[in-house]
Amino acid sequence: MTVRVQTEDFDAGAEMAAMRRSNPKIGAIASFVGVVRDINEGTQVAQMTLEHYPGMTEKALEQIVAQASTRWDIYDVLVVHRVGTLRPTDQIVLVVVASAHRGDAFQACEFLMDYLKTRAPFWKKETTPEGGRWVEARTADDAAAGRWS
Amino acid sequence: MKPNDVQTSTVEVLYFARLREIFGRDREQVELPGHVHSVAGLTEWLRSRGEPWQRELATGKPVRVAVNQEMAAPDTPVRHGDEVALFPPVTGG
Repeated sequence: MTVRVQTEDFDAGAEMAAMRRSNPKIGAIASFVGVVRDINEGTQVAQMTLEHYPGMTEKALEQIVAQASTRWDIYDVLVVHRVGTLRPTDQIVLVVVASAHRGDAFQACEFLMDYLKTRAPFWKKETTPEGGRWVEARTADDAAAGRWS
Repeated sequence: MKPNDVQTSTVEVLYFARLREIFGRDREQVELPGHVHSVAGLTEWLRSRGEPWQRELATGKPVRVAVNQEMAAPDTPVRHGDEVALFPPVTGG
């Protein structure tokens, strides 16, 4: 189980290959990549800056991964979340889950993203033609996280 | 009177995202009066300093609080030496 917060980009294919080769019991790998879009709430987004709470963010991610591990039969999890300035088409977040069968990997991956979005201390600020604006939390994300409780 | 009602406590307050910009600082050390023992007490004391704390930390504002890097509730204790972070609802992912 690995959690990383970094400014550098990541290679999802290389990460999945490394996980796959690490354990011959793995029969399923599910992954999710979050990407910066060029439009949000109808406004063009030139770039976004991601802020986090060093120390607490890593701890919160580890707690979310630990919860997933108790709920599903999974062999390995990788969460990589980028911080700093990103532009449209850049990758923001990677979640990879390995298990024996697909059901556990799919569900744990979705759970991890839902909880990450509502519980891990990250904040996005977008640069738009009207200037900078902080992204507001969405009630849809709370609803998505609420499905798992 | 109990000793902890008169002794002041020093806590490190951290601000993130929008709150960091509005308060013009990412952290500050505050000396709290002896009667402040909780998250609710701390935010009330911060509000008593006037604007912009009064407005931004008003009841009903969507402000989250963590004590020593764990999510906290209004009744979570705040003690001498604690690290208390105030921030808006998170928007990562």
